[in-house]
Amino acid sequence: MTEAYELWKNAILAGEDVSTWQGFYVKFYEAFLKNDRWQQYLSGMGSTLMLTAMALAVGVVLGVLVAVVRTAHDQQRAGKHNPVLGFLNGLCKIYVTVIRGTPMMVQLLIMYFVIFTMSRNETLIGALALGINSGAYVAEIIRGGLMALDPGQMEAGRSLGLNYVDTMRFIVIPQAFKTILPALGNEFITLLKDTSLITVIGGKELLYAAQAIYGRTYEQMFPLIGVALMYLVMVMIFSYLVGILERRLRQSDRH
Amino acid sequence: MIDIKHLSKSFGKQLVLDDISEHIYPGEKVVILGPSGSGKSTFLRCLNLMETPTSGTVTFDGMEITDPKVKVDPIRRQMGMVFQHFNLFPNMTVKKNITLAPVRTGLMTQAEADEKAMQLLQRVGLQEKADAYPNQLSGGQKQRIAIVRAMAMNPKVMLFDEPTSALDPEMVGEVLNVMRELAEDGMTMVVVTHEMGFAREVASRVLFMDGGKIVEQGSSQQIFDAPQHPRLKEFLSKVL
Repeated sequence: MTEAYELWKNAILAGEDVSTWQGFYVKFYEAFLKNDRWQQYLSGMGSTLMLTAMALAVGVVLGVLVAVVRTAHDQQRAGKHNPVLGFLNGLCKIYVTVIRGTPMMVQLLIMYFVIFTMSRNETLIGALALGINSGAYVAEIIRGGLMALDPGQMEAGRSLGLNYVDTMRFIVIPQAFKTILPALGNEFITLLKDTSLITVIGGKELLYAAQAIYGRTYEQMFPLIGVALMYLVMVMIFSYLVGILERRLRQSDRH
Repeated sequence: MIDIKHLSKSFGKQLVLDDISEHIYPGEKVVILGPSGSGKSTFLRCLNLMETPTSGTVTFDGMEITDPKVKVDPIRRQMGMVFQHFNLFPNMTVKKNITLAPVRTGLMTQAEADEKAMQLLQRVGLQEKADAYPNQLSGGQKQRIAIVRAMAMNPKVMLFDEPTSALDPEMVGEVLNVMRELAEDGMTMVVVTHEMGFAREVASRVLFMDGGKIVEQGSSQQIFDAPQHPRLKEFLSKVL
């Protein structure tokens, strides 16, 4: 393999004619095999997955908190308004509005250059920014799921004397989770792909690996198509896992 | 047992309950009749604060439950409610549906609740369905289990909100039979229904509501055999 590469590479350098396939092979070799570059893609993939996992954790925690506050606020008994809940609800609304109303990339840049000026840990800042961004969308997805559930379920739980939190925990949330899973899966796929944005602050992940390589070889096609395929494979695996989970959760629906 | 004073409820500008005062005595089987939109379901739902009254008071066992400072959960534990659409929890087995509330509220241990659940299921003839999920059951079976679920809390009163309205006609009987047995056991019951036969047979008192008011009440014989109010006469002529 290496011999073939060197043979054709020298031919190109000497100005000789090589076939299209030989030219492709040289580019392919330089993009993936030379100096064991495939390892850079692999470690990039690892960082991408780790970033996604960290952002996911932040996003889900934030999303659940915001969704619960917003829903609890909206479901208070008439004439019994809790001022603390009102204040938290206001905060949550601002958070969702600001995050959904500004571009992800701008948020990243602000986090890196304006807020965390002291830290140069791109990965951590990137994961945090992505998680905060994702949280706003996750919150709305969860809220939608909680609101979409038949209000009779909440009523039945409360009529038995269960308190609000127990009714949410045992009755409403488990059922809502099932309905929002496809939308959540979507959001997580978006998150995984959006990790590529942290290249703008110099975060090292999969796309960064490709950029570093074509920065040396001046040949963009193979590295870029290559990482595109890698993202695609990761997303497909992820979708497959979500599908399995969905089928398992639907078991109680069988007639 | 339940004392209702000057109860009014509006949804927006629409007045649904108009200054109702009424008393429900222990052991009574009160059936509420009335055309749709007359406020009978809303009245029932005000009794356990599923709806918050706009004005007026509801007092249960000497405690004014409409007071905003009163905790409603302990009161609702003593008032079972059965809904038109059953509202069983589809994510749990039948047994779990029944035992969740008694266990979570600290009324019983899981073992006690399981035993109580099986005992109640046996009474309604559904003990073999204990491990089934609600979506595997017929409407009549679901409603019988909903009744069992409410009974598992040992309530002092049972509220029924059109319990047979969403059922296929052939399943109405099995649910009414369970309710009849409950009545015979001396349970205090408030029932909103369109089942005139059940009302005539079981009710110790019938309330007829129209336009957010109780326009006439009396024993089932009085109401069905000697109606006074023209609205009640019109209603009965349509439904009987």
